[in-house]
Amino acid sequence: MPSAGANAKIMAHQLKLAADIGGTFTDIVLEHGNKRWSGKVLTTSQGPELGVLQGIQAILVESGFAAKDISVLIHGTTLATNSLIERKGAKTAFITTEGFRDVIEQGYEKRFDHYDLMIDRAEPLVPRHLRFTIGERLAANGDVLIPLDESRIAEIAEKICSENINAVAIGFLHSYAYNKHEQRIAELLKPLLPKHVTLCLSSEVAPEIREYERFSTTVANAYVRPMMAGYLKRLQDGLGAMGLNAPLYLMMSGGGLTTLETASRFPIRLVESGPAGGVILASRIAQSCKLPEVLSFDMGGTTAKICLLSGAKPERAHRFEIARAYKDMKGSGIPVRIPVIEMVEIGAGGGSIARVDKLNRLTVGPDSAGSTPGPVCYGRGGTLPTVTDANVALGKIDPAFFAGGKVALDEKASAAAFEIHIGSKLGLKDFWPAAGVAEIVEENMANAARVHAIERGKDIAKCTMVAFGGGAPLHACRLAEKIGINKIIVPSGAGVGSAIGFLQAPVAYEITKSAAINLDEFDATAVNRLLKQMTHDAEAVVKPALQNEKPTLHIVADCRYVGQGHEIQVTIPIRILTKSDGVKLKAAFEKTYAQIYGLTIPGQAAEAITWSVTSSSRVGKPQLAKMPPTRKAVEPLRSRKIYDPALGKLVSAPIYWRFDLTPGMALKGPAIIAEHETSTIVGSRFNAKINSLGYIIMERTR
Amino acid sequence: MSKAALEAIKTQVMWNRLIAVVEEQAQSLLRTAFGTITREAGDLSAGVYDPQGRMIAQAMTGTPGHVNTMATAVAHFFKLYPQSTMKPGDVFITNDPWLGTGHLFDYVMMTPVFIGKKLVAFFASTCHVIDVGGVGLSAKANSSYEEGTLIPHLMIRKGGKINDELFSVILANTRNPVEVKGDLLSLISANDTGARRLIEMMQEFDLKSLDKLAAHILSTSEKGAKDAIKALPEGEWSYDLPLDGYESEILIRTKLIIRKGKILIDFTGTSAASIFGINSPRTYSLAYSVFALKAVIAPHVPNNIGSLSCFDIKTEPHTCVDPIRPSPVTARHVIGQMLADAVFGCLAQALPGKVQAESAGSIWILSLNSAHGRVAASETAHAQNFGVISIALGGIGGRPGKDGLSTMAFPSGIGGIPVEITEGQCPLWFKEKQYLPNSGGAGEWRGGLGQRIEVRNREDAPFTISAATFDRIRNAAQGRDGGKPGSKGVAKLGSGKNLPDKGIHLVPKGDSLIVELPGGGGFGDPEKRKVELIKADKQAGITV
Repeated sequence: MPSAGANAKIMAHQLKLAADIGGTFTDIVLEHGNKRWSGKVLTTSQGPELGVLQGIQAILVESGFAAKDISVLIHGTTLATNSLIERKGAKTAFITTEGFRDVIEQGYEKRFDHYDLMIDRAEPLVPRHLRFTIGERLAANGDVLIPLDESRIAEIAEKICSENINAVAIGFLHSYAYNKHEQRIAELLKPLLPKHVTLCLSSEVAPEIREYERFSTTVANAYVRPMMAGYLKRLQDGLGAMGLNAPLYLMMSGGGLTTLETASRFPIRLVESGPAGGVILASRIAQSCKLPEVLSFDMGGTTAKICLLSGAKPERAHRFEIARAYKDMKGSGIPVRIPVIEMVEIGAGGGSIARVDKLNRLTVGPDSAGSTPGPVCYGRGGTLPTVTDANVALGKIDPAFFAGGKVALDEKASAAAFEIHIGSKLGLKDFWPAAGVAEIVEENMANAARVHAIERGKDIAKCTMVAFGGGAPLHACRLAEKIGINKIIVPSGAGVGSAIGFLQAPVAYEITKSAAINLDEFDATAVNRLLKQMTHDAEAVVKPALQNEKPTLHIVADCRYVGQGHEIQVTIPIRILTKSDGVKLKAAFEKTYAQIYGLTIPGQAAEAITWSVTSSSRVGKPQLAKMPPTRKAVEPLRSRKIYDPALGKLVSAPIYWRFDLTPGMALKGPAIIAEHETSTIVGSRFNAKINSLGYIIMERTR
Repeated sequence: MSKAALEAIKTQVMWNRLIAVVEEQAQSLLRTAFGTITREAGDLSAGVYDPQGRMIAQAMTGTPGHVNTMATAVAHFFKLYPQSTMKPGDVFITNDPWLGTGHLFDYVMMTPVFIGKKLVAFFASTCHVIDVGGVGLSAKANSSYEEGTLIPHLMIRKGGKINDELFSVILANTRNPVEVKGDLLSLISANDTGARRLIEMMQEFDLKSLDKLAAHILSTSEKGAKDAIKALPEGEWSYDLPLDGYESEILIRTKLIIRKGKILIDFTGTSAASIFGINSPRTYSLAYSVFALKAVIAPHVPNNIGSLSCFDIKTEPHTCVDPIRPSPVTARHVIGQMLADAVFGCLAQALPGKVQAESAGSIWILSLNSAHGRVAASETAHAQNFGVISIALGGIGGRPGKDGLSTMAFPSGIGGIPVEITEGQCPLWFKEKQYLPNSGGAGEWRGGLGQRIEVRNREDAPFTISAATFDRIRNAAQGRDGGKPGSKGVAKLGSGKNLPDKGIHLVPKGDSLIVELPGGGGFGDPEKRKVELIKADKQAGITV
């Protein structure tokens, strides 16, 4: 039995396998030292483990290894997200404080679109008749205002049984300050319910203030838990049957790995695990190429994800909205409080559909044609033009290379769809409708990146862009031009970037808790007590995976001026705190505040409101990249006409096969560098060169 | 061909960018604001104006009542400060209800943007500050002088230097100087953020002025609105909307006139202004009646001066929809937000079957305070001194083809405040806050539900509630096309006594406050309601 796999020193020489289940494709990556094999199979939504097993078989055949040789498997999946989007989770009940039956339905009580009278709020995951209330009440400080009424438990249990409920969420007001009422209910309920019924407590899943968000997170966790636990079990069995008994780790949305056991308890933390893997890849590249500021740009079939990293670290947050049900609008989904990597995700992917709206404006997304029916050019029944169709029409995707030539692309069908749905309405001919679609989707991404950067107080123009995912290398140069970025890196394996990122993630667990502490009258004793307990709890999750290695600790507090509602993260030193640390923390808070908002509020007290403790394994340093002396590139395979948005016309671009280009080779844009899982477009204002690790480095010439 | 195509795409890209710029401006404000009503409920707005003072883009974040009224404030700044005298770093401020956004609580700030020496645009933003002195957030004042401190159109920053004297005056006249200072600084910084981004955008696209872009945006929007209006029948339709009012009932008399691609809403015959602060200044009346109309007729057309120029209102001075200074206006939304239903009453006749039923309308602001200074000092001697706000929302009317939304604001765009947040700020606790069964008006499409809220005090002390904004207690939201009215609102003590009027009321120690928010009216004949929906409502326990 190999080691538990988290230790980087050991892992470096192991045979490591990663599997990333996305909406359209399941990506598999196998790594042995510096050698890597990768593959894509279609996601098998009926039994997602089947696609994973199939993909693993294929890659083992290709690499010549046996299942028993694998020393660790790291897995990320969108299954939890999809079951929330498609409402295919467990039949769930919710038990809450008397008088507050509708919190998870009332939500923010806010029309998320002022100008649309026909909007609907997100349908709650638990319908009203399955929301039960119990007499009890806590105050904000955890005092008991009304003692717990235990008399109705049997009646509620009976109802839960007769309704064939598979998951029960429990959430009381202010339970983040006192968890005994929730725990008592769970204790009483457990023996009265069938064994398979899952119980989730809001004080365990998300012990944070704001009842709607805490309850919503707890209910979502309960809702996906039976399905996820079942899936993970089947996957484990399938791997076992294949002879693959290596330890399995799950990627979480916060960028850390966790054990199967923890993943099965808190599956809500697995949403957005794919994008998190991508950011880890970007972080590793930032280290190996010594990049102080990075913008990671990950574009797949459905969405584009943009994340900013400083000193190779992304910012983290603990709020995320899943399953935006109404036109991708903020506020129309289900909020969850989980550790996530702070990023912006917009409906701009290869499958995003282009249309002309009532005002004759060209729009792209947020809805996607997905894999079924897919873009028009796939010839699988799609009739509406998509971003991928635009890339085909503009010459950026060469049908000969697409998906290794396995999928035949119908260029004529794409062109006809543009003519019918866009060109005829806007009076545009030839490739111009497609040029418009590409420009709009690139502008949408540029806007999202800009807004995201201002919210973080970052100067986007100082960043180097790291582009990966099937779509990003096609759009990277134009996006960079729009947001003023001068340097772009397209790593090797860009098309399966997230799965590669999984292999470089630490084992980590983050615990977050609300506790308001005034920084001006800093109660160091209370903070030390709180952090000690949280550290203990976080390390308890991580240690079993670490053998004898000691985990590292990272502690942050979300701070704000007393009276505000939005917080800024401040890093807390790892030591026993004293009274004088309050002043230091406030100074650190005000420094960041001034950076973002341009001023501070003199004389106003500040407070820390939420505390997060992350325990994680150490990860080894990546290999440093070098830039070898420049050599002339090999001869291109041929050339083709592509549309160049910066020049506003068609230009002739040579096509290179990526694996023909070796370190040091340099070429000028415009050019296409093709590979199986994506193509990199070198814009007419860019040069490209291959570094020692095989990454494409593009630099703007003007 | 290709050049024109590129130009068209570029113009649209710039338009999208402009919207992203004002969204950044609004987000910056939301994240730094102090008042819960701004930061939790979203009572703010942000927009960009061309040098002629025409609004060309606004943020989706915010509330419609501010957006249209902000344009009025901007126009008045120009009258007082010729553009030739404006310098980079200047910021203008006002909270004048008549020349701003309708009550003293909303401060508007306007910042000119320069490229070199050339003034290219203005940013304006508004947010609701916690306190402006006077009688506080209640309707009991009889003149605007009693309502608080009015800051006329002045400069809060001159050439980059903050006007400390003006700050001192403002802060000396509020009960929460630190928070108000924070909010005002947030407004300044939000506009600066917008200005920075706009300059970057203009440099990137090599624009010397916004004229061409503004002309395109406004003409496209105007055409969109005109086309939508052309699709409507021409004619005149009237509707009378009765409201509870304060000292006496109020009638909103409305006539909708659609003619030659323009719409006029005539409020002639509407009741005289109240002697209490529920009157809606004309600027605010215009904002909400036009917002409501546009939401039905042309929801997809951007809200800017181009599309809004197709709409106008006619009011008589000294009425509750056009009060004259110093008429009190603090709770102006009590009338202003009801104008949506008044307008819909007319529009439903022009467009049968297409207009939603009446809604709870005016949001109920639960302004809850400790009883210090209102009872004998001995009763509050050991009690915490506090003031908090909670937002209580009723139901929206049933819609053609859909039930009405429950417990949401309409036409206002603001949301609720978490109970856990409010309880963290004071000794009060909510015994109940949940849907009120049977409150939605029956119909083929049921009205949205109201809610029942009960508030108690942990301390053995009384507290007060301002009932300024509680309406539809005597006049229910009516149904449409055969739908039944929603339930009426209720405001009472736990011990049983109804609160008699919109004044400030004492909740004695040991007692509680109970409010039941009005439900929305039903849409269409209840007999036609689908059996599955009736069953579902029964199963959920929202009809019993």
